Amino acid sequence: MKKTLYLLAASMLFAASPAFAQETITIGFTASQTGALNNDSTAQMRGIELWRDDVNAKGGIKVGGKSYTVKLVSYDDESQNTRVQQLYTRLITQDKAQFLISPYSSGLVATAAIISEQYGKVMITTGGALEKTYQLGNKNLFQLYTGSSQYLAGALQALKEKNPTPHVAFVYEDDPFSKAVVAAVRETAKKQGDVIAADESYAGSTTDFSPVINKMIAAKADALLGGGHYADGATLARQLHEQKAGVKWITLLVAPDSPKFAELGDAAVGISVPSQWEPEAAYKPDFGPTVAQFTKEFTDKYKIGPAYHAAGGYAAGLILQHAMEKAGSIEPAKVAAELNAMDVTTFFGRTKFSNDPKSHGLQIAHDMVLAQWQKKDGKLVKEVIWPKAAKTADPLY
Amino acid sequence: MIGILASVIDGILIGAVYGLAAMGLTLIWGVMNVINLAHGAIVVIGMFVLYTVANMLGLHPYGAVPLMIVFGFVVGIALYWIGVHRMIGRPELMSLLSTFALNMVLIGLGTAWWTTSPYNVQVSMPGVSWRGYTFTGTHITAAALAVVIAGLLYLLLYHTRIGKAVRAVATNREAAELCGIPTTQVLAMAFGLGVALAGVSGTLIATMFPFTVLSGEAYQLKSFVVTVLGGLGNPAGALMGGIALGLIEGLATPFMPLSWIPIVEFGLFVFCLIAFPRGIFSFTKA
Repeated sequence: MKKTLYLLAASMLFAASPAFAQETITIGFTASQTGALNNDSTAQMRGIELWRDDVNAKGGIKVGGKSYTVKLVSYDDESQNTRVQQLYTRLITQDKAQFLISPYSSGLVATAAIISEQYGKVMITTGGALEKTYQLGNKNLFQLYTGSSQYLAGALQALKEKNPTPHVAFVYEDDPFSKAVVAAVRETAKKQGDVIAADESYAGSTTDFSPVINKMIAAKADALLGGGHYADGATLARQLHEQKAGVKWITLLVAPDSPKFAELGDAAVGISVPSQWEPEAAYKPDFGPTVAQFTKEFTDKYKIGPAYHAAGGYAAGLILQHAMEKAGSIEPAKVAAELNAMDVTTFFGRTKFSNDPKSHGLQIAHDMVLAQWQKKDGKLVKEVIWPKAAKTADPLY
Repeated sequence: MIGILASVIDGILIGAVYGLAAMGLTLIWGVMNVINLAHGAIVVIGMFVLYTVANMLGLHPYGAVPLMIVFGFVVGIALYWIGVHRMIGRPELMSLLSTFALNMVLIGLGTAWWTTSPYNVQVSMPGVSWRGYTFTGTHITAAALAVVIAGLLYLLLYHTRIGKAVRAVATNREAAELCGIPTTQVLAMAFGLGVALAGVSGTLIATMFPFTVLSGEAYQLKSFVVTVLGGLGNPAGALMGGIALGLIEGLATPFMPLSWIPIVEFGLFVFCLIAFPRGIFSFTKA
């Protein structure tokens, strides 16, 4: 009798166990904790980690009656392509990552994409806007960012509102992302008949921009569109200010989006940046945190406000989570099918991926804003100045 | 035309600082035949000394210059005993590897401490404006200080007993030892001087541009070009070489894309090695 009771109890426990099953899902990525991309990549990593903490605090990802605790596996890619190549292979083969999130920057994303596609792993890319990566016949890549060709389109429109006949200087880093961004806006400027006063690319390691600033002064440029990444963008901004270059409009890629940019003081005033997301954005999310909730949570945890790289990191996790929950499965093919069909709005904005085989995974719904550093009550703040519908302040010119 | 002149002046100003950085490298080579691959990391130490003095201690940024000379000298002597002393007189590859290892250790420590995030020090110095072009106060001050420090080094090397000892050791170490010169101490001191010069050039660079722990590499490469232009082991030539490099950069940029400048610089590097292996300014050899 006693034995039967034990057996009954044991069988009940066994039968009941799936309802409480807490399994683990492994998501792999690399971050540039050292090297030239450290600043923006760290913000992206923090965004991903905040998402993990939020999901796990709420009991994990709920898929088909099971809950999956998120386990992140990440390594420092040292901002180097070769490391990305080695580490994504390691993430897949040794760490058995079931899903992947991309590293930061277009160049590293392109490298990681080759590995993820080789192994047929679903990878959400964030921090990589270059469109070419999605035009190579990839099947499991999904891009969160607006493509590079759109980066400076808003800046040129906003500039033309203030000055219909600008003398534009394009000064940009000679990396694939910055070149692609400028190629698109140069084409638009040419079509509009704008005067291109200077067109200069520079190596990312450039430390002194005096010669190019002198060229801009000689060419009487009154607007500058360009930049590249943080280190060169910050140096260029500082030198433009110190050399009183007389440029009335400056839009730089990436660098001014970082809260650290405010360390430049007066040199930061008036500098605008095309941004994938700003804390002032007024999106109504279909799921996940609101813009205000994300901003507060991030600021409380890291004691620094989130820029778009951080928001992109969080959104990458959120989109992947949503796809798994909607698919009711963690099978890569089902999750990929759900991502292909997705058209949602989160705190990061709208997300929809191209299903065209020629550009599969390319982001086709997300909108960018243009933010500008302005001085309010003696303090530097970033305001959204474009598009008009989203603006929080008038542009400084 | 005025634009070209402005670029040339800017080039000369920045070139003087390149020259100061290269003087540290060339002094060490000239005295002990050691190519110091930790040079870039030492330039970065100078940058962070400025950051500590100006942003963390709140002192005047240029207060970091004398501090860095003293600190750099002490650090240099320590580095000499840690990684260089046992390599003196051995094949040059040994010291090359040893200083490369020192470089990696210093960058690793810097990354752990400061991360590779960019840092910026605000230095307000009034500049000079001329026909729409502005020469910033930080550039002018950095160039002036670089020339003054180079002048002081000249006085030290050519008008003091210590300088005489350094030159004697550089010329013939064994003969110097026979004359009673404590050559080991002189070598340590020369290494300290070289490190102090590289460090103070980093301090001056950081008054002009934002920087990271990894910024030293670009200046190390420039220092090699300057050293070859000025003549290996020739501190006075290094200053001239630095100014010449800045001048070439300033002259070239109005006529070609900025991204071509490294090609010009390193093309010149190869040309000098082939055509003037003793350096263009070798007539002033120490």
